Amino acid sequence: MTGALTIAGYALRESMRRRVFVVVLVLTLGFLGLYAVGTEAAFDSVSEFRGGAQVEDEVLTGSTLLGLAMFTTLFLGCVLAVFLTLGAVRGDAERGLLQPLVVRPVGRTELLAGRFMAAAGVCGAYVAAVYTAAMLITAAAGGWWPDSPVSPGLGLVAGVVLIAALALLGSIFLSATANGIAVFMAFGGGLAAGLLGQIGDALSVETLETIAEVASWLLPFEALYQGGLNALTEDARGATGVIVRLGPFGGAQEGGALLWLWSAAYLGLVAAAARLAFARRDL
Amino acid sequence: MPAAFECHRLGKRYGSTLALGGVDLEVQPAELVGLLGPNGAGKSTLVKIACGLVRPSGGEARVLGEPAGSAAARARLGYLAELFRFPGWLRADELLALHQRLAGSDGGAAERDELLSLVGLGDAAAVRVEAMSKGMQQRLGIAQALVGSPRLLMLDEPTSALDPVGRRIVRDLLVELKRRGVAVLLNSHLLSEVERVCDRVAILVGGRIAAQGAPGELAQARGVEIDVDGGTRTYPDADREQVPEIVAGLVAAGERVYGVRVLSSTLEDTYLAAVAGDGSGAPQAPGGVVNGAPEPGAGS
Repeated sequence: MTGALTIAGYALRESMRRRVFVVVLVLTLGFLGLYAVGTEAAFDSVSEFRGGAQVEDEVLTGSTLLGLAMFTTLFLGCVLAVFLTLGAVRGDAERGLLQPLVVRPVGRTELLAGRFMAAAGVCGAYVAAVYTAAMLITAAAGGWWPDSPVSPGLGLVAGVVLIAALALLGSIFLSATANGIAVFMAFGGGLAAGLLGQIGDALSVETLETIAEVASWLLPFEALYQGGLNALTEDARGATGVIVRLGPFGGAQEGGALLWLWSAAYLGLVAAAARLAFARRDL
Repeated sequence: MPAAFECHRLGKRYGSTLALGGVDLEVQPAELVGLLGPNGAGKSTLVKIACGLVRPSGGEARVLGEPAGSAAARARLGYLAELFRFPGWLRADELLALHQRLAGSDGGAAERDELLSLVGLGDAAAVRVEAMSKGMQQRLGIAQALVGSPRLLMLDEPTSALDPVGRRIVRDLLVELKRRGVAVLLNSHLLSEVERVCDRVAILVGGRIAAQGAPGELAQARGVEIDVDGGTRTYPDADREQVPEIVAGLVAAGERVYGVRVLSSTLEDTYLAAVAGDGSGAPQAPGGVVNGAPEPGAGS
């Protein structure tokens, strides 16, 4: 465990020295600034048209905007997770960076664990902070709070942790570039499957719902994201609930305990596969 | 006391390519062994198996009695790869501190200072790797390999980027390590360097040991040259033991003898012969060993 912590500290220090965090912080502040301006303008615009309709404007506006923020947060978290891990094994081995570390008694499993702890810790903290900031901005601009404020954030955190684990597993087999492409394509494929599921849910097309369900099992980060979106407006009923569900950030699938259990098991399977593959890899 | 490193019938295949075809080699404590061979002979593979970076396909390898690749074995060896790189953002002192933590060394700042001084980087502790020349990085790599006072040092081409001063520093360092009881397996293309510092040499060709022994043992008698009034006379079949008799004969015949040279092959001659596979580099002195011709198709 000490070795894993040493490796995690080394990875974090590298990110600090290479100014990864500074770049991420500046760009994220830019995003949140734009989000604040946009949210303020959207709520102002909606309030002008208020007039006894059956639709709850604040809920519709707030959930859509925060859903967009969740999508962006997941994407930025995915970018961070991928770039912190994409060359962790094969990429570093090809550059000659890995061998001096692996020869040390710390061992390969601890080395992987350290890299994972660093990436998962940074990405998890990052998406939690951005989600919280976006939620606070939304509440300040329109006075709207999600029905379930915590579980969407936890879903995003778990989602990027899974993405970091997948990217780390991929780094054992693929070069850095190929791994980055593979993880981003899986991420995009998962999101597309989630949208198909939403369309299938709205139009009652069973095939599309099945595709989304299978994608959720294969790529649970997508299901965690969808579950989070769903939890934003889990208490919305009537016309508001229907319209929110039909929107791009409605969250067609509920989360639930099974999803969390599967996500934990999935992480365990990815970790076991990575450990086995790395142990057998010649460097 | 177990050998610092030993391998028996050690084999490695990468797919259909044979890298090692049953290598037997031992390195005793405080022994400096040079591993020679052409590119693709399997030298780096042998060193990587010893360090646990590559899994053997057959045979066994041990480091100080522990299975090669085990945590116990890795804790007792130091390694410098041929194609290594350290993160450019790390300072020399930070790099050594990182490896101290990974190796479980409690040497602290004193060990880091000593190692940097040993490799001639005593005043470069605060210099970032990215600001160092290739030669400085190579010396830093050797210092890194020495973190934790290893009993076996595996150096893969440790002087390839060094200037003559740097090579001299490393040569002196190797002698010092030997004095401290550290065993060294030195993988190098620089024959003169190996000949100068190594107690024993193994020549690896096509994944097999083609010849091994002390550098002197691997040298082959190449005759005697004697300078006389009329010029230089050559006795190609003679050896050192026959010199007094030959000189006595010349003097008895009225010749004036000005000089005598006993000729022997160099390590380079032996190496070239072994690589060519013609067996003419076979060591004649006791202790040296020459094995069969290499198996075709061997890889690195």
